[in-house]
Formats: sequence, structure tokens, C-alpha cells
Amino acid sequence: MKKIKAVAATGNLSSGFREETLVRAVQNGADFIGCDAGTTDSGPYYLGSGNPRGPREGTKRNLRLMIREGLNAGIPVIVGSAGHAGGTPHLNWTLEIVRELARENEWHFKLASIDSEIPNELLLAEFLKGRVTPLHPAPELEEASIRQAERFVAMMGIEPIQSALKLGAQVVVAGRCSDVAIYAALPVMEGIPKCVAFHAGKILECGSAAVAQRYYPDCMAAELDQDGFTIEPPNPDFRCTPQSVAAHTLYENADPYRLVESGGTVDTSTAQYEPISERAVRVSGAQFIPAEKYTVKIEGAALAGYRSIVVAGIRDPLILRQLDEFLTSLRAVVERKIEDSLKLNRRAYTLQFRIYGANGSLGRVEPCPQVEGHEVGLIIDVVAPSQSVAADILPIVWHTGLHHPIPEQEGLISNFAFPFSPPGADMGPVYRFCANHVWQLDDPCKPFRTTLENL
Amino acid sequence: MPELWQFTKLIRSKNAGPFELTFDVMFKDEDSFRKVMTSGSLTADLVSQIYRVDRKQVRFFVIESLFTVKISIPRPVFSGDVDDTDVYGGQFHGPLVRLQVNAE
Repeated sequence: MKKIKAVAATGNLSSGFREETLVRAVQNGADFIGCDAGTTDSGPYYLGSGNPRGPREGTKRNLRLMIREGLNAGIPVIVGSAGHAGGTPHLNWTLEIVRELARENEWHFKLASIDSEIPNELLLAEFLKGRVTPLHPAPELEEASIRQAERFVAMMGIEPIQSALKLGAQVVVAGRCSDVAIYAALPVMEGIPKCVAFHAGKILECGSAAVAQRYYPDCMAAELDQDGFTIEPPNPDFRCTPQSVAAHTLYENADPYRLVESGGTVDTSTAQYEPISERAVRVSGAQFIPAEKYTVKIEGAALAGYRSIVVAGIRDPLILRQLDEFLTSLRAVVERKIEDSLKLNRRAYTLQFRIYGANGSLGRVEPCPQVEGHEVGLIIDVVAPSQSVAADILPIVWHTGLHHPIPEQEGLISNFAFPFSPPGADMGPVYRFCANHVWQLDDPCKPFRTTLENL
Repeated sequence: MPELWQFTKLIRSKNAGPFELTFDVMFKDEDSFRKVMTSGSLTADLVSQIYRVDRKQVRFFVIESLFTVKISIPRPVFSGDVDDTDVYGGQFHGPLVRLQVNAE
């Protein structure tokens, strides 16, 4: 019976793994090494700006070890969601590191890159044909917002990766990609059932996160066959238990039993998790329900403005006991000043007082929004249509607030403890996620552009 | 009255994508799990009240085999929007930790 051994280098390419663990995992027998490099967890900035989330040197170290082990063992290396957001600039950033490594180490191999950035015009045409539809919940997407968005990516399934492998790629660097697809592509190509390969992919994609006690980020390995898979951490200090593996299927999923992927849904409600040693778990029994239509998820980011912030402490109990009134009256004064001096209506920018010590973490859903401590941390947060406008609004707010009066104190008071000089900083562009949609495809490979290079 | 954290080994919140939040409440053992679940103190209604989300939008899963409750809701603000407060969604579980549990 055909078996496939999958090695996950780590949960995120930037977070790393121990060299000796990867070497051991490959020595134990491996058919490929995979690694996820991206997520939307850190917000829309990376997709919107095109900037990768480094660190570059850490990413390079991890890629060096993965490619070295892959080439030595003659097995493919598959990286998904390159550069964090998986757009063209993120992909190019990663490819540049791979080329640099090949030059420095005098490696020669076939590199495939799969670009998943979707031009706005193409998405718009598909949207107008009714082939782009919202998930729930989703931001509203319309013709104008598609045209104006900064960048869209489509999340590829297993098929474009399989095509690249069939072309003989030894290293595959994919743009935005389902985490699961990184690990399911090769096994499915080799005849492993999707119910096994997709479930294994979900457990593998976070690296060593599915162990009982993760002391540090590291590798994970699984052996897949027709009936199920065995998961065992290659690091001898780690162990998987049925509970740790089953619990990992909950992580970051809205639904604990249904894992929606391009091409179908994995139903894990019937899955069984059995210990087969102190450190290994056998997983079987998940079901794969094919989708009626093949869809890929679309992610998009749009520019929302430019941010400038000031950080300040407030320690005077007389201000703290009337903080809401203080900030409400301050807001009225500064809105008038901004209108007078910058000719800006209050609807042309956003001004937020983020009060740490009251509702800084939870905002409007905070059940205890009143100040209870002896001080608060205040972030004055301005978002405006340009950085220069945000930077002009900011001193009006903080300087007015610094001396804004309260009834109990006569004479000029200074209300804010600024830890820094200057008190604030320009934060650059702010983006927002503008799509949570799926795009129906006739060909799962069509919108993804694969390029082969002989290094 | 005892508080929820005294019965659990893990209470966490996290993004499930940029548009949803998910909460995992894992109990220490079967006894703790049963006590809290029979107390009626941890319910979808309560989550709907705390997070001001329509009851119909609260997905509430009881996973007996893991002595775990999983709850998913739409995000009050999408991750990273101008008025978001918690990009990773990692602190939204705060109000659940000291939830009063009507059990011995």
C-alpha cells in the first residue's frame, strides 16, 4: 500500500524550527517538505501595502535549510502564501531570497513560482458575470470598490501546486495558498484519498502546534496511507496525544468539524484519534464532501487613509473621574479648530481616543468601559486622507488636549504625560480587508500563473 | 461564586479569518465540564449579550469528547479596520474568564 511521508518545516516560515529536527525528519524518510509562510491574522496591511512581513534573514535561514535538505534527499520543497500575503510583490521578495540562496550555495534546481495576484479588471469582469459571491460575514463589494482596491489575491487549492510538481519543480513557491493545500497537493497526486490528505494537511499546517506541550516552534511529520495518517513529531522532546491532535482541529476554525477547502469540505465529526505510541497518533475516519462548484477564496485590501498617533498617560484623578466628559468636550473644541485652521469637516477624517484602562482592547463591546484604576493610557488616533493632513491634525488635538480645562482646576493645567518627544508618530497607510468572497472557477489552475526557472 | 477559569485549562479567543472570532473553552476534566454545562452559566444567549451580537449569529458547539465548548461569532469590527481594537482577536475572551458559574 502506497504511503506518503509529509514533513512540515514549521507553522510559519518566519517563525523557524530547529535544524537538527528537520534533518532528523528527512532522515526518517520524507516525500516532501512543506511550509506555510502567510496568514491574514496580522491584518490587511501586508496585502494592501505589498510589503512582506520579515524578518528577511530568518526567512532566508529557514529556506536555506529546507532547500538544502530537499535537494539532498531529492524531494520537493513547497512553500505557500509567500511573503505573508501572497501577492506578486510578496512572491517576488521570496523568489529573490531563493535565487540568492542558489547563487551563494551553488545549488542548481528547477524553481516554480505560482502567482496568485488577481488584476482588479479580471475580478471585476468575473464579478459582473455573477461568479464572485460573498461569504458571511463579508464587506460589501461593488464595481467601484473592486476598481479602487489596492490588491486582490485568490487562494489556490491543490491543483496549481500539482501542476508545478508535474513539470518537475524541485522548489515550489506559491502565492496565496490554502494552508492545507501545501500538504495535500502531493499526497493526492500520489493517490492518497482527499479525506486523508486534507485532514492531515490541517494538522500539519501549524507545524508543531498540534503537540501536547509546544516549547518552541518546530517541525511536524505525518505518514499518510489509504485509510488514515499517523502523526508524530520528529523532535523527540515533543509528543502528540489524541487530545492534542483533535484539539488542534479547533484552532482558528469557526466550525470545529467542517473545514471548507477549494473543491470540497472535510467533515471531521466522524474522525477517530488513537494513540499508537507515547508520541504518535493515528487519525482516520474524516470524510471529504466534494463541492458542487469549484471555488477559490478571494482576499482584497483597500486603502482606508493614513494614520498618525500620540501616546499619553493620564494620572490626575480629577480628570479620570470625568474622562468621558473631558474627551467629549475636547473633541468639540478640536473639531472646531481643525475646521477653522485646516478647512476640514469632521467627516473628512476620523479621530479616536483609545483609552487603555477602560475599553482599549475591546472597544464598543467592552462590558466594563468605566475607568477603575489610578491611571489610563491614551492613544490619540487620527486617520485622514493623506499623511500630511493626519500629521497636521495631530498636534491640534494633542496640544489642545494638553491644556484642556476641567472645572475643579483653575489656571493652565497640563493633562497628558507624554513618554516621548515628539509625542507621536506617523504610522503610514491604513488598509482594510475589502473582500470575503469566493470566485467560481471552471479550471482550478486558470487564474494562477506558473513560471519555471532553472537555477 | 466560582469563576469560569477555575474549571478550565484554556480559555482563548482568536480570529477565524479577518471577519469572525472564535472562542475555545477547554475544561480541566469531565467533572468541571459537567458542572459548568449543567449550571447553565455558559450559553449562546450569554455570549450574544456580552458581545452584543444577534443570538442567531452565535455558533455554539459542545464537544463532549474533548470537554470543550467552542463559540464563533462575527467580529464586532473587521480585523484591522480603522476602528478595530484587536487585530488578532486574541483578547476578546477577557470577559469570559471571570464569568460567574452558578455551581458548587
